[in-house]
Amino acid sequence: MNATITKEPATGKEPAITKEPATGNASVGATGDASIRADASANGDASVGAQLPTAHGVPHAAHAHDMDADADASRVERVDLSLTGMTCNACARRIERRLTKAVGVQSANVNFATARARVEYDPRATAPSQLVEAVAEIGYGASDAEAEGAADREQEAARAEQTQLRRRFVVAAALSAPVLLVAMSHGRIEVFNRWWINWAQLALTLPVVFYSGWPFYQGAWTALKHRAADMNTLIATGTGAAFIYSLVVTVAPQLVSADHAAATMAGMSDGRMNAAPVYFEAASVIIALILLGRLLEARARGKTSDAIKRLMGLQPRTARVVRAGGVEVDVPVAEVAVGDVLVVRPGERIPVDGVVTEGASAVNEAMLTGESMPVEKTAGAEVFGATINGTGSFTFRATKIGRETVLQQIVRMVEQAQGQRAPIARLADVVSGYFTPIVICVAIAAFVVWFIAAPQESRLSYALVSFVSVLIIACPCALGLATPTAVMVGTGRGAEHGILVKGGEALETAHRLTTIVLDKTGTITKGQPAVAEVSPAAGFNADELLRLAASAERGSEHPVGEAIVRRATERGLALAPAMAFEARAGHGVEAEVEGRRVLLGNLRLMTERGVELGDLRERAAASAEAGRTAVYVAIDGAAAGVVAVADEIKADSKEAVAALHKLGLEVLMLTGDSRPTAEAVAREVGIRRVLAEVLPEGKAAEVKKLQAEGKRVAMVGDGINDAPALAQADTGIAIGTGADVAIEASDITLLRGSLHGVATAIALSRRTIKVIRQNLFWAFVYNTLGIPLAAGALYPLTGWLLSPVVASAAMALSSVSVVANSLRLRRFHP
Amino acid sequence: MDTSEIIVLLAGVASIAFVLWYFFAGEGVRAAASVTATGAQRLQIMVKGGYTPDVIVVKRGVPVELDFYRDETNSCTEQVVFGDFQISRMLPAFKTTRIGFTPERAGAFTFNCGMNMVRGKLIVED
Repeated sequence: MNATITKEPATGKEPAITKEPATGNASVGATGDASIRADASANGDASVGAQLPTAHGVPHAAHAHDMDADADASRVERVDLSLTGMTCNACARRIERRLTKAVGVQSANVNFATARARVEYDPRATAPSQLVEAVAEIGYGASDAEAEGAADREQEAARAEQTQLRRRFVVAAALSAPVLLVAMSHGRIEVFNRWWINWAQLALTLPVVFYSGWPFYQGAWTALKHRAADMNTLIATGTGAAFIYSLVVTVAPQLVSADHAAATMAGMSDGRMNAAPVYFEAASVIIALILLGRLLEARARGKTSDAIKRLMGLQPRTARVVRAGGVEVDVPVAEVAVGDVLVVRPGERIPVDGVVTEGASAVNEAMLTGESMPVEKTAGAEVFGATINGTGSFTFRATKIGRETVLQQIVRMVEQAQGQRAPIARLADVVSGYFTPIVICVAIAAFVVWFIAAPQESRLSYALVSFVSVLIIACPCALGLATPTAVMVGTGRGAEHGILVKGGEALETAHRLTTIVLDKTGTITKGQPAVAEVSPAAGFNADELLRLAASAERGSEHPVGEAIVRRATERGLALAPAMAFEARAGHGVEAEVEGRRVLLGNLRLMTERGVELGDLRERAAASAEAGRTAVYVAIDGAAAGVVAVADEIKADSKEAVAALHKLGLEVLMLTGDSRPTAEAVAREVGIRRVLAEVLPEGKAAEVKKLQAEGKRVAMVGDGINDAPALAQADTGIAIGTGADVAIEASDITLLRGSLHGVATAIALSRRTIKVIRQNLFWAFVYNTLGIPLAAGALYPLTGWLLSPVVASAAMALSSVSVVANSLRLRRFHP
Repeated sequence: MDTSEIIVLLAGVASIAFVLWYFFAGEGVRAAASVTATGAQRLQIMVKGGYTPDVIVVKRGVPVELDFYRDETNSCTEQVVFGDFQISRMLPAFKTTRIGFTPERAGAFTFNCGMNMVRGKLIVED
């Protein structure tokens, strides 16, 4: 058993543990031991391996591990796989045979009727995912039935909970309304001034407390057992205190009425019977209002994840696969395998990712890239699952299925982003951790102070009212919801515009940026350079020059080289094989063509090789002035000419740069091109500062230099050759020209090729952070003001004492208002 | 100040002290992770109104795999955060979510729910 343990320092990335599949029956103890040792040495931190504690720890851990291996030598786990694609009993037997042969499987039993496989396996040798793969290898679909069931169960439970919640609320609302009426009448309504009125209120309140409010008490109790206090604790303590007090007043008034008797005699009673007041309404109305708040909150929270649900809903359920003999069969998408040929008719959604084999059409990729213009697709073009075919029809070969498709990657990334917390939330986290117990203490203190300070005849009621109000108003839900809801809506909204943000942290960094560094090729320009001019030196013919240059560049992957080769092919020139090809990043290439040494590259390369350039330098300079990249060609050490390559500037680059300037950002251009070329392009798009002639490996260093100037830098590039610079920057923004972008490589990914996305992403991050700040501000203000108010701090000045009912309404409102504020981000428009 | 006021005062002070002690000073159920065949330290944690066990003892430098099984839909526990390890993960209800990392430093760390109301402690020993 090999375990490769990848460790990463605390960089915000999760340490990953990758397991390789079990390959044999090697002694567990020995290999386990080895893996632990490998772990220590693979650390990269030499000191750790040398340190005594680790050296000591290794044999110790290995020992413990041996024991473990012995202890569960006979361990067998069982999994149920749900199968798809079986057509007959023979299929079932085939799957059974395959599973039985799989490593680590002790027995496998396939039931054709139920489409289930029950597999007993050794968990140390294999895992359900490997069993699923084994089944997939022979062309059937399988999934962990339990995991599936769990998803269903979760949904079902969530639905049941919603229904329950609604029912509990309806009961609470219906029964607490009359109680509230009685309480608010303050004895002015004659009908209520009867001896049985407290008993009636008790009868109405009982079901509210024991049915509607039950989850709060239950939740509080489980939390209490874990020495934790949460919002349930506050609600349960608050309503519980009000209820028990009122219960005592009703059932055994003599216990609390002593003070009140004095009050009645002094003529201060509210005209009711000779008894202390009850607070049944505090218990029941609070429960009703908090349930209402939860209902509204649940509804609003459901909306915060709308974006991702919409994305997932884009995946078609079936695909039309061409089977042997040209028969077209509709199959569930899950059964499409890599290599299958699929047919797409006009107006249909493309089921998975693939490459067009026949036919042509225009495809609307807006759902992935946000770009509304349909993209032309002909044979050889890549198509992506969930995009909508236009009016043509075509066949394509599936290249990516399931979790590998671009759509699924996007969904996954958005989900991860929504699960990640922004650093801005940390303060709120720390606060809410200590919050609840402290609130309980404040409530107790308020009770004591009121009991001592208030006039004797009403001290118990004052103390109780402020105790309950403090507990109820202080619920920290708004604090907890402030950040996650905003991040969720913000990232979801971004995804709808083809902007993928990696998480709360990326979102927060992006709003602080001061400087945007744009890579030239592929970012400002289209990244598809074309030969604009071939200018041979005396004694060379243009086509011959192009032919030799193209032959030398044939093995090159550099866009300029590709442009030269393309032009030569277009002109019908026959390319010769190149020998001894050598590419030097940031310089050029060198190769032997038909026995001649061909050198292509920039001034740096030519100077290094001592090539006499003569008037070519001026020609090159003239091209550069026009924003073209000039490539010198030397043959057998002598200057042979200049090939000028132009890379068209994207139509909206200028506008996008202007938009960035408008956001108050400094915009820089970074390129390996010569300074005059770079400056010409920069002038055209309105960039003032240019970092030119930077070698690919120097790009990260340039970014670092800018950071040393105290700038917060975003690097925008295609994410392929500027990955180190993207990583060095505070925010790495990868810009794609289609849905096929390396999503993992950056903090923010722009699926749409336009530079406008940069401005939109930054604007979105600023808006989201603003919403988070508002949320946190209001949540803090609400709690810091609400608590003293509820405790009666204003009473000596204004005579205000918050009623528990008002406190609970405020509490319900605060959560709902925070979520509603976050939902405003759904209306964000670039 | 009459007798009942003195009683209330004393009881109040006592209950504040108790609340502070109970929620901040108490320690929960301790459990050490068992080492699996792949050399990882694995432990199942039940999530229901809290973490059981909520004090986890592991060894430094050895990969840790914590299987959180969330046995409720109460949204309070839907997220678990290991702040010191920069991990935050959503825990789907009625599912086991594995969180893997390798502690490189010894010491006591906390893990908690998204709102830091439900807490657990991770003790990394040399």
